[in-house]
Amino acid sequence: MNQELHYHSIEELVQAATQAGTTISHLVLHQQAAQLEQSVEEVFAQMEQTYQVMADCIEPGCDPNLRSTSGLTGGSAFLMRKASEENRTLTGSVLSGALYRALAVSELNAAMGRVVAAPTAGSCGILPGVLLTMEQEKGFARKDCVMALFTASAVGMVIATNASVAGAQGGCQAECGSAAAMAAAALVELAGGTPEMVSHAVAIALKNILGLVCDPVAGLVEIPCIKRNAAGAAGAFVAAELALAGIPSAIPADETIWAMKKVGDAMSSSLKETAEGGLAVTPTGLKLHQQVFGSSDPVSCSGCRGCHSGS
Amino acid sequence: MNVFDILGPVMIGPSSSHTAGAVRIGRIAHALLGHPAVKADIALHGSFAKTYKGHGTDKALIAGIMGMAPDDDRIRNAPQLAAQQGLEITLRTVELDDAHPNTAQISLTDAQNRTITVQGASIGGGNIQITQINSMDVLLTGQYTAIIVLHQDTPGTIAAVTQVLASCQANICNFRLSRQKKGGLAVMTIELDGTVTQDLIPQLDALPNIFSSTMLKPQ
Repeated sequence: MNQELHYHSIEELVQAATQAGTTISHLVLHQQAAQLEQSVEEVFAQMEQTYQVMADCIEPGCDPNLRSTSGLTGGSAFLMRKASEENRTLTGSVLSGALYRALAVSELNAAMGRVVAAPTAGSCGILPGVLLTMEQEKGFARKDCVMALFTASAVGMVIATNASVAGAQGGCQAECGSAAAMAAAALVELAGGTPEMVSHAVAIALKNILGLVCDPVAGLVEIPCIKRNAAGAAGAFVAAELALAGIPSAIPADETIWAMKKVGDAMSSSLKETAEGGLAVTPTGLKLHQQVFGSSDPVSCSGCRGCHSGS
Repeated sequence: MNVFDILGPVMIGPSSSHTAGAVRIGRIAHALLGHPAVKADIALHGSFAKTYKGHGTDKALIAGIMGMAPDDDRIRNAPQLAAQQGLEITLRTVELDDAHPNTAQISLTDAQNRTITVQGASIGGGNIQITQINSMDVLLTGQYTAIIVLHQDTPGTIAAVTQVLASCQANICNFRLSRQKKGGLAVMTIELDGTVTQDLIPQLDALPNIFSSTMLKPQ
């Protein structure tokens, strides 16, 4: 067993898994057990608990009366689920299932519910959105969904090492973009794709969200974050479908991550979680800010960039 | 970094810095007081002061002061729970000099009128730094096992404390001393590799010139 994974590149993960003739998740689980000085069973069990916390978000997140602490958001997961269950959607139960689950986790987060930062609180709906949907709408085994989280984590570690998963550092592309790339990787492996396909899915998911700014209204993890979690889940399916069909990404995953870092560095700080730009300073954004905080001062976050996730 | 740093922490939302980190700051104040607080004065600075309502930072700090962890479902009801338990809370906003934008200052009093004042900052991703204890500069991250020793600034006290640590096979990875004035109240903050047993604390408390010592486990 190769336990020398360094999470420096997606290429490293793909090569190691291809050479060993196994999945990325299998390698990562064993390497992590060695790193954490725990048994493979213990590490898997902890990931299973992580998955369970995600699963436990769905029912409370779909409560029609759920409202965030600020009062700005809540209730959209309920509506999306209703449409999904009444078969009133354009794209069917898989995509609409992922949308309502992503909304549910994200709205629960805004309402001070218990979530898993995946990789951040602001992007916490995307991975549960896609994986719980694969389990519940497509009949995949729970243990396989849990294993897919190891592949997602490995991708997240590579991104965190080479770029960032924090909106304050890289904009929303670094939060919801990273989560979408992680979810796309998880989907491809779960569906039986090769490690190479996992890598293409990561690249495609990130490319499709490149440049997205972090512009939270009133500085809160609500508007537009919640709907961007739904979009991130959908984007993960787009990337996974393309990769599973055998469509390669022209730009490799590691170069896409590099591009994401460069784009994040070039982004104005007003578009990186400071609530000084984008949707946050629209007339309605400012009005909502005043509604919550009683002041129209658009600078709700001081822009220290000390944040690593969430906001 | 490991997989649970990326898929984690399990936390009460909405924000790792404004909610989860705030719980941790409150929780360290709780641990340093060593007894349940009956009075808490919370002062919020910077982004904490501006956005606490929307992020539930106030609830998170109160929850921490009551000893809750960042993933405790009761956090959103912490103010009501505090009221039920007779914990009197005052909350205000302040402007502190040279403080990180996500800073809180917490003064706690217990039933025996013992007090502790802690200043801490939430620096991102749920990570925190405790920067002051009783107005003395410290630097604690909560990532290591830490021993906080409040003592009288007298010759030989540091040697006596480190002697006890050495006898327990504890390896110091960070040591800092801060004092209000020469010969006055002083605080040692000592971060250790790995874990040490709790029976270290009575040994430290038995030393001369020690007012109190507290062990903080990594959070």
